[in-house]
Amino acid sequence: MSEKQTTNESRRGFVAGGVAAAAGLAIAPGVTLLDMAHARPENEAASGKNRWGLLIDTTKCKTGCTDCVTACFTENGVKQGDKETDPQWIRKVELKDLHSNKTASLPMMCQHCAHPPCVDVCPTGASFKRVDGIVLVDRHICIGCRYCMMACPYKARSFVHEPLTDQNPDVPRGMGCVEACTLCVHKIDRGDNNTACAEACKEGAILFGDLNDPESEIAKRVATYASTQVRADLGLNTGVRYQGI
Amino acid sequence: MKPIVYREIEGRSAGYLALLGVLGLLAAMGLGSAYYMEHHGHIVTGMTNQIVWGMPHVFAVFLIVAASGALNVASIGSVFGKTMYKPLGPLSALLALALLAGGLTILVLDLGRPDRLLIAATVYNFKSIFAWNMILYSGFFAIVGVYLWMQMDKMMYKYAKPAGFAAFIWRLVLTTGTGSIFGFLVARQAFDSAILAPMFVVMSFSYGLAIFLLVLMAAYAWSGRPLGDSVINRLKNLQGVFIAGALYFVVVFHLTNLYFTKYHGVESFILLNGGGITSLFWLGQIILGSLVPLAMLYHPKLGKSRTAIGVACVLVVLGGLAQMYVTLIGGQAYPLSLFPGYQESSSFFDGAVHGYSASLPELLLGIGGFAVALILVAVAVKFLRFLPESLDNHAVDPHGK
Repeated sequence: MSEKQTTNESRRGFVAGGVAAAAGLAIAPGVTLLDMAHARPENEAASGKNRWGLLIDTTKCKTGCTDCVTACFTENGVKQGDKETDPQWIRKVELKDLHSNKTASLPMMCQHCAHPPCVDVCPTGASFKRVDGIVLVDRHICIGCRYCMMACPYKARSFVHEPLTDQNPDVPRGMGCVEACTLCVHKIDRGDNNTACAEACKEGAILFGDLNDPESEIAKRVATYASTQVRADLGLNTGVRYQGI
Repeated sequence: MKPIVYREIEGRSAGYLALLGVLGLLAAMGLGSAYYMEHHGHIVTGMTNQIVWGMPHVFAVFLIVAASGALNVASIGSVFGKTMYKPLGPLSALLALALLAGGLTILVLDLGRPDRLLIAATVYNFKSIFAWNMILYSGFFAIVGVYLWMQMDKMMYKYAKPAGFAAFIWRLVLTTGTGSIFGFLVARQAFDSAILAPMFVVMSFSYGLAIFLLVLMAAYAWSGRPLGDSVINRLKNLQGVFIAGALYFVVVFHLTNLYFTKYHGVESFILLNGGGITSLFWLGQIILGSLVPLAMLYHPKLGKSRTAIGVACVLVVLGGLAQMYVTLIGGQAYPLSLFPGYQESSSFFDGAVHGYSASLPELLLGIGGFAVALILVAVAVKFLRFLPESLDNHAVDPHGK
């Protein structure tokens, strides 16, 4: 009897130890990855300690290259089109100085302003800014009035004119609502720590990071080199900065 | 002076029923268009991601602006104590409510998600001028409704003056709010100006009075009731003053912009080389919508002709629609300047003038809103006592205050 009990106990001990070891093995890499990416767990809210942003080096951005655009559209399930009604979350803008003829090429998307005019004008509060600086549209309460599109100085927003198919489950969209670059919020929230456009740029012209973290590459570069905010005169404090223009 | 007697119109004539039939058909076509747009998406309109507000907004904003202007006649009677205008007060307030209802019908039915109207009515972002406007519109219905009651109920008439005063202040705030929808758009060169708010207020005087005059003349002509020259002369002279006032604001607005080099691009687009927009500005808004009716109203002979006054008022309405088109569509057609000093181009039409042509459903929705407003007026004057039996020279008091 006692021999049988001892056997059972040792068996239980083995199973418990095994489960614990397996659990440890399963969780440990995740914990390590979480730590490496400085990502927050799924149930933790976005933090005001972060200010996510992009630094775009226009001297590296090549005219005619649209890798960032394609990557964005693929990531977010946006069908690429050239009609005036087609949504464009990101676009390549070609610039030519009217006097010197100097040219530049750069990607333009939602600038994730600290004081976004789209959020100010939205009647229902569907346009909102997350504490970490990402400007988004709440598709549940957007009534499709398009006032935000009138207010955006960057023409960054699009209205969905047609029924949608083949949506990416991570990026819900809807006909009759307004949408724009989300700074790949779904990727940030799962700890990818990068955006699709930045990942796709072979020239390394797009740098994603936390502008609030002085140790981050983006904060160091913004502190070291001259960078520009588009329409800085409006005082919107954009989360997307440009170099070389 | 005999007391003013208000009475319902008979509303059984073939003409009345035909009028309701035509208006009903137009309203139904408007509703059908809204359903079609809602079902297929805005792809069936001429609106794009560059011209985001189109023909429905031209009609809607015009009607909303005209609504507050239509209330002026009542305000002149109640607030400023002009006896001659008092008998016109109920119709003035009714028309104001009806025009606002027509304008809002269009605005709501053009939303990308009209099914979410309840959200718009319950969830507010108080920093948004749009949200303020929703409160201003609801308040307008309530205050003008009460004002109407005070005017029409003999027991309550003693409160008509304070109610009229409240309605007058509210309507000024409302049109200031409507003008500020555009005035608050910091990024767009064609808007972004504090003068838009008072300009819209003065324009509302003109558009509202023109519609009031047309409705008044039509109602009295078609119901066979007397309408004396005293009333018409006063109102048409006032119409002239309002047209001139609106013109003054337009001149100041453009002169100021012309003085600032950074606005030269957008100004030359509107005033010189904007194609259809430029033609609509000069021919529609300025010549046919302002100068011609001004000349007609003050012309020694034409100014006495009811037909000429009617034509002048129709021109003011069409000129008003032209003005809204130039302001709204013209303001969006001119490209946003993201990089001043640079020539811009992109797949999203940066740096390019954006084209727009309204589709039939949009046009029908706009006309449908007009029809809804007029149906409300036509039905209301049949069932309630809005119209004095007589407005001949003896019935009103042209020599009074």
